Amino acid sequence: MRLTLEIWRQKDAQDAGRFARYDLPDVSEHMSFLEMLDVLNQELIGKGEEPVAFDSDCREGICGMCGFVVNGYPHGPQPATTVCQLHMRHFHDGEVLRLEPFRAKAFPVIKDLAIDRSALDRIIMAGGYISTNAGGPRDANSILVGKKESDLSMDAAACIGCGACVAACPNASASLFTGGKISHLGLLPQGEPERKTRALNMVERHNQEGFGGCTVIGACAEACPKGLKLDFIARMNKDYLAGSLTFREEAAASSG
Amino acid sequence: MPTLDSRIPSGPLADKWTKRKNDLKLVNPANKRKYTIIVVGTGLAGASAASSFGELGYNVKNFCFQDTPRRAHSIAAQGGINAAKSYQNDGDSVWRLFYDTIKGGDFRAREANVHRLAEVSNSIIDQATAQGVPFAREYGGLLANRSFGGALVSRTFYARGQTGQQLLIGAYQSLMRQVELGKVTMFPRTEMLDLVVIDGRARGIVTRNLITGKIESHIGDAVVLATGGYGNLYYLSTNAKGSNATAIWRAHRKGAFFANPSYTQIHPTCIPRAGEFQSKLTLMSESLRNDGRIWVPKKAGDKRSPDQIPEGDRDYYLERKYPTYGNLAPRDISSRAAKQVCDAGMGVGPGGLGVYLDFADSIKRLGKNAIAERYGNLFEMYNRITGEDPLAVPMRIYPAVHYTMGGLWVDYDLMSNLPGLFVLGEANFSDHGANRLGASALMQGLADGYFVIPYTIGDYLARGGIAKAGTDHAEFKTAEKAVEDREKRFVSINGKHSADWFHKKLGEIMWSDVGMARSKESLERALKAIPEVREQFWKDLRVPGSAGDFNQELEKAGRVADFLELGELLTWDALQRNESCGGHFRTEYQTDEGEAKRNDAEYAYAAAWEWTGENKPWTLNKEPLVFESIQLQTRSYK
Repeated sequence: MRLTLEIWRQKDAQDAGRFARYDLPDVSEHMSFLEMLDVLNQELIGKGEEPVAFDSDCREGICGMCGFVVNGYPHGPQPATTVCQLHMRHFHDGEVLRLEPFRAKAFPVIKDLAIDRSALDRIIMAGGYISTNAGGPRDANSILVGKKESDLSMDAAACIGCGACVAACPNASASLFTGGKISHLGLLPQGEPERKTRALNMVERHNQEGFGGCTVIGACAEACPKGLKLDFIARMNKDYLAGSLTFREEAAASSG
Repeated sequence: MPTLDSRIPSGPLADKWTKRKNDLKLVNPANKRKYTIIVVGTGLAGASAASSFGELGYNVKNFCFQDTPRRAHSIAAQGGINAAKSYQNDGDSVWRLFYDTIKGGDFRAREANVHRLAEVSNSIIDQATAQGVPFAREYGGLLANRSFGGALVSRTFYARGQTGQQLLIGAYQSLMRQVELGKVTMFPRTEMLDLVVIDGRARGIVTRNLITGKIESHIGDAVVLATGGYGNLYYLSTNAKGSNATAIWRAHRKGAFFANPSYTQIHPTCIPRAGEFQSKLTLMSESLRNDGRIWVPKKAGDKRSPDQIPEGDRDYYLERKYPTYGNLAPRDISSRAAKQVCDAGMGVGPGGLGVYLDFADSIKRLGKNAIAERYGNLFEMYNRITGEDPLAVPMRIYPAVHYTMGGLWVDYDLMSNLPGLFVLGEANFSDHGANRLGASALMQGLADGYFVIPYTIGDYLARGGIAKAGTDHAEFKTAEKAVEDREKRFVSINGKHSADWFHKKLGEIMWSDVGMARSKESLERALKAIPEVREQFWKDLRVPGSAGDFNQELEKAGRVADFLELGELLTWDALQRNESCGGHFRTEYQTDEGEAKRNDAEYAYAAAWEWTGENKPWTLNKEPLVFESIQLQTRSYK
């Protein structure tokens, strides 16, 4: 099939950036979206032009490194699919596709479609873990976890940290990402001791990093390639509220 | 010439690791903060090592080429992780896990290392559970298990089809905790391009900042490489696009021995390639073989659709050839069997390069829902790539390069022959011999990082003798200059072809002549062809842009240049090993039934190759494999 791509080209973080148009006369329906860009890049190199910069690594939809917006949809229009797993059979001859980076204040563009998502790491640093050192744990089967709680925890833990939720949100909120981690750990007995402080610290860091607040629009859950649900944001809010109430004297003292 | 002292502790096999731990020197807790450890790689081995060092009080500098440590390719492991918990009451034990692993490796691994791996396997499950890894559970709240190839017990723990992801995120979270505490400094989007050796000890690395292009030096008291395997030298593999051998290859050129490079694993269950543009291959977890049956039509060239082929016209060749293990025969054996039926014309799908993995019988027995629950996410992945639904039609699968058992040579303490250089996980050669069993890579990466290196590195540091030095040392300056010159050379060749073009050429040679079946003739052909591609690469490469900014083509060029050297060494190793073992199958050495024929009298050794200089032949050093506790046997799964 024949496709036209309009791709965001931006030399570096300082450059203003602009769309450039490319015609691809012969795209196979069996290609993945990124393989189509590989083919375009080989052509550009052949012509002595700079190829389009985009991130990808596993190309199996699990590492979370790829991701850009296709015609307004983060990772493209196919539900529950990263752009590396999106195949060209879902597009039709003659289509025009507009590719641009995930846009958010907290995600500066590095080059073309590649962005800096290190703010998500810093949210995890604020408390997205269970404080345990290697070497000490007791036998794994001494901690019983109900199958339903375990399955729900796994649903939340499936997040790949790609940032599509942020790109989809009109507020550029990372609440689904943050709520996913808070839910994954908070649903397990192992995560219970730090449940409230975790929510307080992670939400505070989320706000410091320049992500917006959640107004329950739901675009994040629509865009999430791993199907994380809005419920996880509700859990975050619940734990945050519980933490705020439990530690309100401490909070009042520290805020002055 | 350095000697190959494996430093295996004396005494009974089951007591060796305890004995070593008791004999190791310790670093005073107050002194740990005076040491800096460099860790390259953030997969299971790297992240678990870096976080453990931080917990112990060392200063750690941790590097990865991806944008965040959570992307490392361990994340893609699907099926599970083995441990000898014997929660299923089905006769498992540390001994059985040890024996299955060493037999699975076709008796080409070090006995003492493999036993230690089995010993610490249980602690890994405890550690991961404490971190909040959401392993699959039974209704009563206990952990669930499933079976994997090469074993007759259920010892594999799993988190849906995303076990690697969940274990890596557990390790990543521990790592992020240490970053917040200030014990670990992270360097994402930073690639190691050289190792620096001072007074015979590994002391640091030279890196390139992938955003700015800046070349920088980092010094430490020890260097730990956990940079994964080199399967991508075949171009098409199940590895991530960025997975590469540059860190270990640069260390090899600085004196670290490279052991058993020819031991590569071709995984039997991958989605067949769809066309010339194919950029990578996708694995379908071995766990599918718990409920899927593998078959091909009995008649060559049978073009009927699978549902039109009656039972009598089907060949369930694994069940026929290996009745005891059936569809759970180990990877090397299953892959070869698939190749044999496809070579004989029974293959299905485009080009006849595929076999069926059929769930119809399991669906009949357990219902669609039960099968969808077990493998739902894998089926969805298959469907996204091929457009077909495995609940309705059998999957088509074909073998693909997946894992490399070879890697830098290490002693029992995971230290290479270069003092101060430690190598963990897939990057070393140690535990899987000539073939790795399923669900053992995750086990090894985490065993090395959580439970071995935190002990053994302390011993190295406590023994002292590490001189004070800074990055202004002449060795750093020389290495920086060499790296800068090399980067400039890549962008200045200005030839006709991209790095990918050369990479594909190399991959074609490797797959056809050094792949699932190798012969003296094919290996000699490859040894002629690889240097030709390498020569053309340095004359005709084109890297657009400059070395001073974000340049993905430049990154690829460096990795391909190293693959072009490693590919030659891999082929040499395959040529000198005149036997078949595990993933290394020489067509000259096979039984009447087409099984691998080992030669224990002459080849029961690890081949550790020594770099002697540009365009010079490597020197072969041998570490004899001594088996004190087990009898070498012909490996049988019949």
